[in-house]
Amino acid sequence: FPQFHNLQELRHSASLANKVFIQRDYSEGTTCKFQTKFPSELESRIERTLFEDTVKTLNNYYAEAEKIGGQSYLEGCLACATAYLIFLCMETRYEKVLKKIAKYIQEQNEKIYAPRGLLITDPIERGMRVIEISIYEDRGSSGSSSGSSSVSGSTAR
Amino acid sequence: MSAVMITRKVRKWEKLPGKNTFCCDGRVMMARQKGVFYLTLFLITGTCALFFAFECPYLAVHLCPAIPVFAVLLFLFVMAMLLRTSFSDPGVLPRALPEEAANGNVPAGQRPPPRIRNVQINNQIVKLKYCYTCKIFRPPRASHCSICDNCVDRFDHHCPWVGNCVGKRNYRYFYLFTLSLSLLTIYIFTFDIVHVVMRSMNGGFLNTLKETPGTYPLKLSLTVLEVLVCFFTLWSVVGLTGFHTYLISLNQTTNEDIKGSWSGKNRGQNPYSHKNIIKNCCEVLCGPTYPSVLDRRGLLQEDTLISSSNPVPQTTVSAHKHTHALFLIVVSSFRHTDS
Repeated sequence: FPQFHNLQELRHSASLANKVFIQRDYSEGTTCKFQTKFPSELESRIERTLFEDTVKTLNNYYAEAEKIGGQSYLEGCLACATAYLIFLCMETRYEKVLKKIAKYIQEQNEKIYAPRGLLITDPIERGMRVIEISIYEDRGSSGSSSGSSSVSGSTAR
Repeated sequence: MSAVMITRKVRKWEKLPGKNTFCCDGRVMMARQKGVFYLTLFLITGTCALFFAFECPYLAVHLCPAIPVFAVLLFLFVMAMLLRTSFSDPGVLPRALPEEAANGNVPAGQRPPPRIRNVQINNQIVKLKYCYTCKIFRPPRASHCSICDNCVDRFDHHCPWVGNCVGKRNYRYFYLFTLSLSLLTIYIFTFDIVHVVMRSMNGGFLNTLKETPGTYPLKLSLTVLEVLVCFFTLWSVVGLTGFHTYLISLNQTTNEDIKGSWSGKNRGQNPYSHKNIIKNCCEVLCGPTYPSVLDRRGLLQEDTLISSSNPVPQTTVSAHKHTHALFLIVVSSFRHTDS
């Protein structure tokens, strides 16, 4: 079981210290938008502007997907005229934007977050409720607090 | 002591909590009780079958051949909308994983955290309630369906006729179903009456009885049956369509209407309404088609460990995805800072 062994090795090197959940911002209604407030747990790990850029770009992507305008009307009417069978062969606009979002998150993780020991989980894997950011700690250098993956909000550092 | 690890790939729908039934390897999602849904199917297909078999030949010849053609198209549209409403994910919100739910948990002895969160939406305070089953704060307009045991986004109601909840993702299909079914019922009802009137005009009841002595009483009774079914269906379905048209124009859900969230002393304060009937209709009917967040057909790896010392197999389910590669980057970044 080679995959099993690799993860065992990896788990010895870095451990999950905490998870931060960026909540939804409902101030403008039920459209998908996340709060840009910078969480305190990330203060030492990443620059505020980088984080805000990521969330703002994600919010823009979601706004683009949920925009109600000429293109969405056209898509809606055309789909209705074909009794929505057209979606068996065509991708909806939302699905196209979700693919773009997945690529963007992958890119951000590779370039910005993973080198800082953080990983962003795509909100769609959490029901579009939260952006989950996992904070990893270097097991080799951290002291007595390593080894456990307890996620209470008041982890002593 | 020996241990055996059995790995098997399962689809995510097999591990979903809640009381839904899934078919076609996760492609179809419905509620558990489907009896009334089968009744709906039977009534629609049965009445239409009778119409096509007994009325349409006469009407096509004596009136216009386009009549059955239009009826067929309308019937197909009704069935497509019904199946789409019944088989799709209404907008179920997945349950929170332990780490997300733990954000609100405190050790015993301390005061429990508030289970109501106030948010301001378009200058209106809305209370978000905490769902104890799903361990989440319900987004605005979401509600927990006790029949399906899921929180559903923009929950309208649970419809037994359709065998599923009606929520954000399938509301427009539900509305188009009731609308097209109203049209189909009116259509069949009208042409049944026309058929009976034409037959009696063409020479009176007695004459036609002489022509087809064996079959006419049967045909007449079937026509009467269709008329009765259509008559009773008409009142309920047309009424329902009218009710939902009213709700759409105000951008409200059935759930909100029943609870009286935006009526009475709260009238005119619906923060989701655009205060414009056309805009409200466009948003609900021509808005974006939301994706399902459930990922029913995604793959999970189920590892079952059976050891001789502990005969009870321990199963862990995990999703080994591309985070594996990202995790390597995290680890290598720590190595860099070390060296």
